[in-house]
Amino acid sequence: MRAVAVVGIGKTAFGAFPDRDLRSLAVEAGQKALENGRAQASQVEAFYLGNFAGPSFVGQNHLAPYISSAIGINGVPATRFEAACASSGSAFFHAASAVAAGLYDVVLVGGVEKMTSQPTPKVTEILAGAGDLCGEVRAGATFPALFAMIARRHMYQYGTTREQLASVAVKNHQNGAKNPLAHMRKVITMEQALAGKPIAEPLTVYDCSLISDGAAAVLIVPLERAAEFTDKPVRVLGVAQTSDNVALDEKDDITTFRAVKTSAEKAYKMAGVQASDIQFAEVHDCFTIAEIIAIEDLGFVPKGQGGPYSLAGGTCLNGERPVNASGGLKSKGHPVGATGVGQICDVVEQIRGQANERQVKRNTLGLAQNLGGSGATSVITILGAA
Amino acid sequence: MKDLGAGTIYTETVVYSPPEAYVNDVPYQLAIIELSGGHRVTGRVAGERAQIGDRVQFAEFRNNVPFFKKQS
Repeated sequence: MRAVAVVGIGKTAFGAFPDRDLRSLAVEAGQKALENGRAQASQVEAFYLGNFAGPSFVGQNHLAPYISSAIGINGVPATRFEAACASSGSAFFHAASAVAAGLYDVVLVGGVEKMTSQPTPKVTEILAGAGDLCGEVRAGATFPALFAMIARRHMYQYGTTREQLASVAVKNHQNGAKNPLAHMRKVITMEQALAGKPIAEPLTVYDCSLISDGAAAVLIVPLERAAEFTDKPVRVLGVAQTSDNVALDEKDDITTFRAVKTSAEKAYKMAGVQASDIQFAEVHDCFTIAEIIAIEDLGFVPKGQGGPYSLAGGTCLNGERPVNASGGLKSKGHPVGATGVGQICDVVEQIRGQANERQVKRNTLGLAQNLGGSGATSVITILGAA
Repeated sequence: MKDLGAGTIYTETVVYSPPEAYVNDVPYQLAIIELSGGHRVTGRVAGERAQIGDRVQFAEFRNNVPFFKKQS
């Protein structure tokens, strides 16, 4: 297998953009990634797109060629990947695997979602389609409700507190306020976070990520050709995707995501590193509890210690191991299909030393964790200075 | 539809922000119930609120959704 490098990144702002359609967002991110990687559209040999629910949110199908042709990429494979909130993480995994295998040299991977054109109850219903429609969803489960039930059980088994959950939101808003592309650039206090409007007990509006529009893209090539495209290549040291049951009531222990553990084990092995070597991470904080469980499942802290570690500041920008320096899904925004590739862009920026006010000090080995649904898909990507 | 019998609350929440289909139901209690035999099912708790570890009794199916009631 060949070593793979990220040589170009492109992101749109994340937010609510009533005047922008899905395609224009995806095209903007794709063109920025090409420009950033000093590449022409005509050089691209395949286009991989992550998108969760374009057909439901905006009615458009056949999205990959619809977008790639508008970027000027024609006549090559253009394919959409759907894995709920891990859609573009999955697209990246498959694209990187194809480049590693020698199938292509120059590949563009994009992710996009256009969510804000629908009212919240409709968005809630579309998102719930990533759960088990014949069981939990029919009974009235929404994604906030599923993660609320996960939070309740985590609190019951490990003594995790409301304050520990809220500390994740406070920290991510602090980071996101420094991110010019973030959806909600607003610092919040612990008091505000604790007193937020209830969404699904024990989660308040401040425990939930945002409904956003946005897109992200990366250009990947074999490491041996990286110098043609950039002075600052970032190496894909490990990437793995695994799966688990969709329905929450089919999992033995809902306080852990089995797929996150298995994909992390594979990615660590591929990269030849251990959890303790990872210096910083972008994790999938679709809800505050998800970040707490992520740092446990990734092996950053022992099981049950995610809450106390977060409240103590271990994951802050200047903490022992910064997590979600970008602001995370909580503050940066969560345009579902764009999230996985967006996280990879954020890790690459850190490794290049281009994160400005959000720059972490130890920046040579970072990880991105992208979760689909309530844990049925997990993609882990480990990136390092080349 | 069969009687699901008794069970124990494995986890629960009260939903305030509903999907489109249930806008008239909020707030409602949703739970995963562990039935005798260990099988888990996601359903609603009607009436008095139940917490993790509480015993509940199957009441009825409404539109294929199992409803439970807290045992007194």
